[in-house]
Amino acid sequence: MAYFQRSPLTPWLLLAPQLIIVSVFFFWPAWQAVQQAFYIEDAFGLSQQFAGLSNFIAVLSNPDYYSVIWTTVVFSLSVALGAMSIALFLAVLADRVIKGASTYKTFLIWPYAVAPAVAGVLWLFLFDPSLGLVTALLERLGIEWNHNLDGGQALLLVILASVWKQMSYNFVFFLAGLQAIPKSLLEAAAIDGANPMRRFWTIVFPLLSPTSFFLLVMNSIYAFFETFGTIDTVTSGGPGSATTTLVYKIYQDGFVGQNLGTSAAQSVLLMMLVGGLTFIQFRFVERRVQY
Amino acid sequence: MRYQRLGLDLVSHLLLAAGCGLFFLPVWLAFTASTHSMSDLYTHIAPLWVGDVGLDNYAQLLSEPVNGLKTGMLRLLFNSLVMATGIAVGKIVISVLAAYAIVFFRFPFRRLCFWLIFITLMLPVEVRILPTYEVVANLHMLDSYSGLILPLIASATATFLLRQFYLTIPPELVEAARIDGAGPWRFLKDILLPLSKTNLAALFVIMFIYGWNQYLWPLLITTDANYMTVVVSLKRMLTTGDALVPWQDVTATAILAMGPPVLVILLLQRYFVKGLVDAEK
Repeated sequence: MAYFQRSPLTPWLLLAPQLIIVSVFFFWPAWQAVQQAFYIEDAFGLSQQFAGLSNFIAVLSNPDYYSVIWTTVVFSLSVALGAMSIALFLAVLADRVIKGASTYKTFLIWPYAVAPAVAGVLWLFLFDPSLGLVTALLERLGIEWNHNLDGGQALLLVILASVWKQMSYNFVFFLAGLQAIPKSLLEAAAIDGANPMRRFWTIVFPLLSPTSFFLLVMNSIYAFFETFGTIDTVTSGGPGSATTTLVYKIYQDGFVGQNLGTSAAQSVLLMMLVGGLTFIQFRFVERRVQY
Repeated sequence: MRYQRLGLDLVSHLLLAAGCGLFFLPVWLAFTASTHSMSDLYTHIAPLWVGDVGLDNYAQLLSEPVNGLKTGMLRLLFNSLVMATGIAVGKIVISVLAAYAIVFFRFPFRRLCFWLIFITLMLPVEVRILPTYEVVANLHMLDSYSGLILPLIASATATFLLRQFYLTIPPELVEAARIDGAGPWRFLKDILLPLSKTNLAALFVIMFIYGWNQYLWPLLITTDANYMTVVVSLKRMLTTGDALVPWQDVTATAILAMGPPVLVILLLQRYFVKGLVDAEK
């Protein structure tokens, strides 16, 4: 048995830093979020009153909350599907050219390192109503662009910036997945007369499905949380609430609106949602290990 | 058996080059805009080519206090560097130790510790942002480097990756070390750490980028501009009320803000790809 057993104190010394940090900055706040969700605080923050489920009822009976959920779903699905399909397309190309694949990889992975907030600024500049390049091109096509007024355009802009940043992450995984597919399989299909399209849809695509599923979960989590910076720099959740996602609403209600109870209730609801997503992912990862 | 086609190869190269170009375009336009004067920018649409005041713009941005903030750009960049390095190093140190304890020791409540640490994977800081803010305020850590760094270390991603790697170490190695009289600290220092060099490098790249790019957390806990990071300052520069946005400054700041993490990823690309793909397993 290859374990260090004779020093009973050592493992605790080793674990102490992580356990302390996790308790102070994870469990304590998470517990407070759950607690706050069941209390109502008065306007001055002086007294708290137990409120049962009323914070949750207040959140769930507000029609605005459902439009925010809808925005989040549209936004996350568009970001995930957009970033994944572009990445898959480029990865398939990079995988088949053999020569230069690693050069293309270098030229395509760097957006991963760009902060979501910075990505937002870059795209904001492209679409600036007075001096943006794309705005000028669109004007020539007869499309008037002003994301400060048009909610749909604002959402589209935030989606574009988020897709741009996330593509490289997906590209790395798709390329790794493609390169792991045995070439003999494809050669056999080619000998049998399957054209490249057919080879892709009947062999490559099914073999990539575990990677795709993993990426779908990761992209949704990215769209939920990390895009906060993009949304805040590009639209601040507006116009109206056209680009307000669940996380952005927690921030607005809690920090801008100082409405702690409902903000905490929203946090708890979101925790359950993300917990569920992660659980599905873990189940899936475990199943994959057995292959 | 040759089943590749020359024509298709050519088309692939063309499409890939176009893709690379399109992805680079936003950065290029930001760069060219940062080399023009503001009056020049607002007379046309965004310029496609560099202007002639680039060096002046950057020199001015780096030497004078940032618009609306009582601090300089160098300080903001320094703060980002401290935060990113602090998060990367801090996370790696506590994770190396914790994963070591979990894999190579048997002690009571080991499984409980395992779950206490790994459950943090499920909730990113954005979800519990408000209570975390209160905790940090109670500890008097608002506007401080420890307040910027510590809450973001409280996640198990690195611990999880290192655990996966430690599990692949053959038990014979531990046995041999023990027979030779090496204690747990000696084994960690002389055998395990040298073996995990590439994994640690990969973790460093990913955590450095993660730390540098943080937005919501530093936005909330820094009211003192002396602790603000460069990524957060962008929003301040964009919010000008009725005045025109000083795009030459904003784009220059964006270029400065993306410089360090992009350099890190390009220089350490090998480790980065390995780190990412390992994280999936």
